[in-house]
Amino acid sequence: MTNTMTWERFTPGQRLARFAVYLGAVSLFVFSLSTVEIIPEFLYDAPYQLQDLFTRMWPIDFASYTQENIHEALIETLNIASLGTILALFLAVPVALLSANNITRSPILNWFGKFILVSSRTVNSLVWAILFVAIFGPGALAGTFAIGFRSIGFCGKLLAEALEEVDHGPIEALRAAGAPTVSILLKGYWPQVAPAFWGLALFRWDINVRESSVIGLVGAGGIGVALDTALNLFRWQQVALILLCIFTIVIIAEVAVTKIRQNII
Amino acid sequence: MTTEAQQKSPFKTKPLVRLGWLILACYVFYALNALDFTWERFINGLGNGAQFLSEMIPPNFERWKLLVENLIETIEIAVIASAFGIGLSLPIGMCAARNLMPDWVTWPARTVIAVCRSFHPVIFAILFVKAVGFGPLAGILTLIFLSIGFIGKLFAEAIEEISLKPVEAMKAAGAPFMSVLIFAVLPQVFNRFIGFATYQFDANLRNSTMVGIVGAGGIGGTLFAAFQRFDYDFLAAILISIVALIMLSELLSVKIKAIFND
Amino acid sequence: MSVENTFKGNGETRSLLIENLEKEYVKGKPVLKGLSFEVSGEETVGIIGPSGTGKSTLLRCINRLIEPSKGSITVAGQEITSCSGKDLRLARRRIGMVFQEYNLVERLTVIENVLCGRLGYTPVWRAWLRKFDQADINRAFKLIDHVGLGEFATQRADSLSGGQRQRVGIARAMMQSPDVIMADEPTSSLDPKTSVEIMELLKKVSSTEHIPVLINIHDVNLAKRFCDRIIGMSKGKIIFDGNPSDLKDSHLSEIYGGEDWLS
Repeated sequence: MTNTMTWERFTPGQRLARFAVYLGAVSLFVFSLSTVEIIPEFLYDAPYQLQDLFTRMWPIDFASYTQENIHEALIETLNIASLGTILALFLAVPVALLSANNITRSPILNWFGKFILVSSRTVNSLVWAILFVAIFGPGALAGTFAIGFRSIGFCGKLLAEALEEVDHGPIEALRAAGAPTVSILLKGYWPQVAPAFWGLALFRWDINVRESSVIGLVGAGGIGVALDTALNLFRWQQVALILLCIFTIVIIAEVAVTKIRQNII
Repeated sequence: MTTEAQQKSPFKTKPLVRLGWLILACYVFYALNALDFTWERFINGLGNGAQFLSEMIPPNFERWKLLVENLIETIEIAVIASAFGIGLSLPIGMCAARNLMPDWVTWPARTVIAVCRSFHPVIFAILFVKAVGFGPLAGILTLIFLSIGFIGKLFAEAIEEISLKPVEAMKAAGAPFMSVLIFAVLPQVFNRFIGFATYQFDANLRNSTMVGIVGAGGIGGTLFAAFQRFDYDFLAAILISIVALIMLSELLSVKIKAIFND
Repeated sequence: MSVENTFKGNGETRSLLIENLEKEYVKGKPVLKGLSFEVSGEETVGIIGPSGTGKSTLLRCINRLIEPSKGSITVAGQEITSCSGKDLRLARRRIGMVFQEYNLVERLTVIENVLCGRLGYTPVWRAWLRKFDQADINRAFKLIDHVGLGEFATQRADSLSGGQRQRVGIARAMMQSPDVIMADEPTSSLDPKTSVEIMELLKKVSSTEHIPVLINIHDVNLAKRFCDRIIGMSKGKIIFDGNPSDLKDSHLSEIYGGEDWLS
């Protein structure tokens, strides 16, 4: 063995970039940990407090299911989720058409559409709920709008991607035949994106069931209102029941969506 | 259910599709009634909305010190929660991969992931606020749970999709199990893991603005307070800062992903 | 060309001894029905037989990627079927394996893939930090030269052609400093010319490393041309075991069944 050979995984530039990322991440982490206001005693105390919480939740107060109108609240939650999803789909279609660069051939309009989509996703559903409670007052109307506006980003983005991936053959054929734009959209694009559309509608509905169960915490209707009341009154056994109900409808929604997807789409 | 034959004959599917739309319309009608939506309320709302918007403009950045403090706390919560959450979900996700681990390992790991995914983060935040009091700690714990549920699942799925051929080769060469993971499994999933991690950091940043609403630290608390005090111009300032922060972070994660994408 | 070989087992008996090997995946339906043979020295042994006759199972039983049901396997004087855990790992280090589809880590470089052959000898923490012994690294470079890929050492495996990948696979197996190398259909995914090159390389490996090489192969002509000895299997049994020149059409029709294809 005469000369030692070396081998390196990356070029110096790559390694420098990666090292910078690691260094940045670590220093950000150390800085955060050292400045964030955490009282360690609270952390040590947490297991005991959680245990205490769970003992106070037991036994679950099933009687309040009828007494406190939790059943109605659950139905309202589902309605908010469904109507919110429908509203979102309505609003998402024009925005998606605007941001799909094979339909709207203007970069500025594309950019504007994407901006709407990003803003919708960036603002959290609870924040949307707060905004709409300020506009419509507390209740399911605010909740529906919050769910709808929050979902535009998700639905619009996926729909725009589906639109950009369509096969251009049929569309060129329609255009060559002199079909008006609306016909091209309905007969050329829609059949191709319909499966994706219904798929994302279902997927978003599933997410919206989860979201609509908590927006009531800021007054936007649904079972979250009941949860908020029970929490404020320290009725822990009732809280436990509500959590169980939320858990159940979330699971049912998930199972239902999975089944529908398997069977139809 | 639509079979191929049905799809081909337009006379059978059309009524079915129409029926579907009809049912949907009926549902919307029912739900609008059930939720007590009226045109009047909507119009009133629009009026309120105009009022609301006019009060939001111009945004009031006078209390920028408070704003910056809160934003920093939000970032801190997201950073710490991401670090622990991503760190923990690496082993948990690996344990949950059914093609590498025996059932007695995947079951507990999959249960942990399922529990972390079971509730909306706000509900976790409420429980943690009760357990550890108001403040960023509750937010951090919430987001750690959230991260494990999300990345743990995606990471396990990514591992389940890898090619097992190199794994077989390393086993045949007598490599210890950990070395097999390091050389045959990790190189195949590392890129995707970086993708999940940056995505989760963005998600944590977004959600840490939300957990504050129930008292778990970060800018959400200030936002909710401004809302309750009808301090709408400050509310607008907070919203603008949040959106700017998140867009900045998304830009950053695109850059980071590009560095690790070879 | 001398490739230094430092980590040999007990050097005297560099052989593979298989006695009464049986394997059944489903109870009562054995795939291997009591195989016995011995391989030693610098032999290149070709195992031929129709697909589904258990050739791959045989090789994978030898390094126990598949658990044999019965019988004993001795590599360099050490009984393997009774090993477990760490002992099994240590035993596997002494059996190099070359795969039909190369089984490389696509995203790693050639040199890293070759060094993977050394993982059985490298502590986990060193593997984690990618700090291999300098001696190992030097040997890896030599082996890469040896298999004719000198200029590709730092390229990623997914940039190579099939033949080149198989060469990397062979270098990786050699990196283990094994007492025997097994190749499972090493040429099945390659074109005829490359197949010949790979067979030549395997034969060269056998003589430079002074170890037997066991090759599963379905191409009878390649086997006849390159192997010192041929084992013909059919339905889980050994039908023929001897010199390629003694392998007659009658044997082949017994192994593969039918005669039309022979003419």
